[in-house]
Amino acid sequence: MKIAIASGKGGTGKTTVAVNLALALEDVQLFDCDVEEPNCNLFLGFELEPVEEVTCLFPEINPDKCTLCGDCADFCRYNALAALPKKILLFPSLCHGCGGCSFVCPAGAIEEKSRSIGIIEKASSDTPLTFFHGILNIGEAMATLVIRSLQRHIDESRPAIIDSPPGTACPVLAVLGCADYCVLVTESTPFGFHDFLLALEVARALKVPVGVVLNRDGLGDSRVEDFCRAEGIPILLRIPNDRMIARLYSEGIPFVKEMPEWKEKFEEMFETIKALACKSTGVQ
Amino acid sequence: MRQLAIISGKGGCGKTTLTAAFSSLSENTVLADCDVDASDLPLILKPQVLKTEDCLGLELASIDLKLCTGCGICREICRFGAVLENFTINPYSCEGCAVCTVACPENAVSLMPRVSGQVISSITRFGPMAHAKLDTGEEASGKLVNVVRKRALELADRHSCKFILIDGPPGTGCPVIAAITGTDLVLVLSEPTVSGLHDLKRAIELTAHFRIPTVACINKYDINEKKSLEIEAFCREAGIPLLACLPYADITTEAMMEEETVIEYAAHSGDPGAVEFANIIRNLWGEIEMRLSDTS
Amino acid sequence: MKICISACGKDPDSEVDPQFGRCNYFVIIDPEIGSVTSIINPGSEASGGAGIRAAEAVVGAEVDTLLTGSVGPNAFSILSEAGIETHSGIKGTVAFALREYQSGKLALLENSNASTHSGMNKS
Repeated sequence: MKIAIASGKGGTGKTTVAVNLALALEDVQLFDCDVEEPNCNLFLGFELEPVEEVTCLFPEINPDKCTLCGDCADFCRYNALAALPKKILLFPSLCHGCGGCSFVCPAGAIEEKSRSIGIIEKASSDTPLTFFHGILNIGEAMATLVIRSLQRHIDESRPAIIDSPPGTACPVLAVLGCADYCVLVTESTPFGFHDFLLALEVARALKVPVGVVLNRDGLGDSRVEDFCRAEGIPILLRIPNDRMIARLYSEGIPFVKEMPEWKEKFEEMFETIKALACKSTGVQ
Repeated sequence: MRQLAIISGKGGCGKTTLTAAFSSLSENTVLADCDVDASDLPLILKPQVLKTEDCLGLELASIDLKLCTGCGICREICRFGAVLENFTINPYSCEGCAVCTVACPENAVSLMPRVSGQVISSITRFGPMAHAKLDTGEEASGKLVNVVRKRALELADRHSCKFILIDGPPGTGCPVIAAITGTDLVLVLSEPTVSGLHDLKRAIELTAHFRIPTVACINKYDINEKKSLEIEAFCREAGIPLLACLPYADITTEAMMEEETVIEYAAHSGDPGAVEFANIIRNLWGEIEMRLSDTS
Repeated sequence: MKICISACGKDPDSEVDPQFGRCNYFVIIDPEIGSVTSIINPGSEASGGAGIRAAEAVVGAEVDTLLTGSVGPNAFSILSEAGIETHSGIKGTVAFALREYQSGKLALLENSNASTHSGMNKS
C-alpha cells in the first residue's frame, strides 16, 4: 500500500507528518519524492549511499553532417536549440528529451545521448527504516523523471509512505497518480483551507481516496472540519499548535522521538488509513 | 516606478502576511501577487475583478479519430507516455513536444492551445492588484509571472502609482527569477529552521547574480534563537542588512481569520501584543521605503 | 552600425525594458543612416527559454550592438557567439539609452549578469 502525504503548498507540515509516521511504524518504507527540496533526511540524519543516476536523453549534433538548416531549432517547443548563422547551439537544461530534433533533421546529423539530471540515494542498510530520496540537479526541469525512477524502488509487498512535492503541478500528479491513499496536511485558516481545496481538486481528479491531518490544531476556526464533515472526508489526526513541536521542528528533531505518546497516535492513524484504503480500492 | 519583491526559499513562512501588511501601510502602490501556485493574497485583500484573461501554456496534442488508423506510431514515439490505449491524449502527461504531429503518417495529430491559468487585474481597498490563478496540473512559469508583472505596470500607469509590491513565488527557479528581474530591492524573508539558512543563501545567490540590492528579515525568530543568531551572522558576513526580527505571534493567524492585515487587526483589537507586532512591521516598512527612494 | 535596444514599444520615444528575454520589442537604430525599425520579441510569448528565442531573433536581425538591462547566460552565449557587443544599464526612453551609450555611459558586459536557470519548470 502506498500512502502519499501531500499539501497544496509548502510549509504546512507535510514532511513532519511523513517522517513522524514512518518512524512510528515498524517495517515501512519512506520515499521523499519532493525532489527539488528533499528535506526528510534533515530530520532523519541517515547516512546515504547512491543507488542510481537519473538520466535524460539530449541531442548531439554532428557538425560534419549538419547543414545549418535550422529545422531542429524551429521544431523544438522548449527553445533548447538556437540556430545561428554558423552553428547550432544546445541548452541541455531546457531540453525535455522528446527526440523531436533528431526525428526532423533532414541530414541525419543528430544522435541522442544521455546525461545525468539527478540521483537516487538510499539509507545505508543499518538504519531502522527503509528510506530513499531523489535529488533533481539545480537548474534542471524534469522532476517527474526523478520521481518515476524513485518509485521503481518501492517494494510493493510492504507499506510505503511517500512525501509528495508541494503544489498541484506535474510532479504532484506523478506521485498521487500511483498512490492508494492520500493524506492532505492542512491548517484550519483561510490560507490553509484555500490551499487544501487546491490539493483536494488534484486528488479527486486522480480518484485517490483522501484523509486529512489538521496541523497546528486549535489555531483558526472549524472551517476545514465543517467542510470535511459535509464531504465525508475523515480527519485522521490533529497535531496541536504547540510551541514544543514547533521548537523540535526548528531543531530538525522528529517529535515522535521526544514525545513518545505520539507513536501510538500515528499507529492508530495508519490502521485507519489501511482500513479506508482497503475499503475503497481493495488493496491489502 | 520603484519595485520591491518579497521572496523566501520555502513556502509557508509568512511572505503573504507580510506583503498584505505592507499593502496597508504603503500609498500609491500596486500589488503584484506572483505566488501563482497558491495565490493567497486575494483572501485578505478581497479584490474586485476588473479584467480576467487566459494565459496559454505549452500546447496539447489532439488526435483526430476520424483520420487515425490506429497504427500506434504516435504511442511508440511519445517519450512521455501521453498517448492512451484508445488514442486519446492524457493531458497531464503530454508536454506539447509535437513529435507525434510529425510522426503520424495520416496527419491525424495536431497541437491545440492549452490554457494554463488566468491573469486577473483587480482593485482592492489598498489599491490596484494583479494576480493569477493556475489550473490543476499546471506549473508556475516565468511567462505567467511576467504577465502578472506587466499587468501591474499597466495598473500603476493608469492609477499613477509610484510603487509595485511583488509577492514572489517560492523556490529559486524560473518563476522567482521572473519575479525579481528589474526590481529595485528584494526583501528575503527567512525563518530559523533547519532549511531556513540554506534557503536564504540560495535566494541571496540569486539576487547577487542580478545585482539587485537585497535586505533580509527573520520571521518567528524566537522559536529558535540559536538558529536566528546563525542567520544574523550570515547576513552580517554577506553584507545583507537584516532589517527586522519578527516574533512568533498568534496575531498573524488572528488577523487572517478576520480577513484583515495585521496592521488593520492591531488598530481595532487594542491587544498590546498585536500593537507591538504591527509597530515592528511599520518600522520595517519605513526602512524599506527609505531604501526604495534611495535607489533612484 | 546597427544598435538594438530592448523596449516596451516600437519607437525611439518608447520606454526601454531592461528584461532582455521578455521585453515586447527590439528597436533597431542605425545612427549613421538615421533608420529606425523594430521587431517583436518572439521570447516574450515563450513558456521557457525566452532569452534564447530573443537572442536568436537579435542575431537574425544582424545587429552589431545590444543595449539592455540583464541578460542570462544562455542568451549571452548566443550573443557572444554571434559577435554582438552587449551593454547593460539602460533606463528611460530608447532615445535616451542611445545617447547614454554614445556618450560611453553604458557598461560593456563581459559576462552574463543574470543567473542561469531552467526556464520553465514544466515536467
